[in-house]
Amino acid sequence: MDEADRRIVAATQDGLPLVPRPYHAVAAAAGLTPEEVMARMHRLLAEGAIRRIGAVPNHYALGYRFNGMAVWEVAEERVDALGARIAALGLSSHCYRRPRHPPDWPYNLFTMVHGRTREEALHWVETIAVVLGEAVRAREVLFSSRILKKTGLRLVG
Amino acid sequence: MDELDRRIVNALQGGFPVCERPFAAAAEGLGIDEATLLARLAALRAEGVLSRFGPLWKAEGLGGAVTLAAMAVPTERFEAVAALVNAHPEVAHNYERDHRLNMWFVLATESAAAIAVTIRAIEAETGLAVLNMPREAEYHVGLRLEA
Repeated sequence: MDEADRRIVAATQDGLPLVPRPYHAVAAAAGLTPEEVMARMHRLLAEGAIRRIGAVPNHYALGYRFNGMAVWEVAEERVDALGARIAALGLSSHCYRRPRHPPDWPYNLFTMVHGRTREEALHWVETIAVVLGEAVRAREVLFSSRILKKTGLRLVG
Repeated sequence: MDELDRRIVNALQGGFPVCERPFAAAAEGLGIDEATLLARLAALRAEGVLSRFGPLWKAEGLGGAVTLAAMAVPTERFEAVAALVNAHPEVAHNYERDHRLNMWFVLATESAAAIAVTIRAIEAETGLAVLNMPREAEYHVGLRLEA
């Protein structure tokens, strides 16, 4: 990622301008030509620096008030294969491996599920549990009870 | 939100084109015109149905660092500790969760070293241990929330 890429990040951090030629507007803000901005964004998408481009819905506004962090303790040597399988189900919005902190926290596979009801969210957790099967040594679901802060990631400026 | 709003939210959670007139291209796929799509997106954003519209950048690719951290906060100190934690600009999100580890926050910093510095500062200010749980692997997900 070079200086010009970072100027594109800064120009799009709050989103794309909602105008007919948004990449032209980004180009003007970043001091680049529109062709350069579009070529760089294609490259950044291909490299994965941009996860995706589009609408980011607010879970709560769509009625998904129940967000459960389902955490699983699985054998270290199986976590990558199982994580890939769980992600492919398309039931969780995030699926990560994270370090354990035994004895307080033995869990190494994290999945986020969303439901319009608590039951719906728990249904997705049970579906994941079926796929993980006997690989699971321990598990819990932590529901969020309150948002204490949400400013979003600010990476530049 | 009407039927068209739902179709827009469901169709545009990824794959928005990079071309000269991307809203016109996306509108065509929805059977509407560019001006209608732009107006609908502006309204959805203003109403808070969409938190944003645009590229979703991966923090690590930008040279920054992100981690998830958790604390077990005594109930009687919860509000005071939340205020101390939230005062750090590095704290992007903070959630209360129903567990002994009842405070979960995301730290986003310009460098990996700054994560450790921020965690030590929070531990010193609160007198509580912070469990650092950085992402070690990410499994690709394609979840789209249905509107």
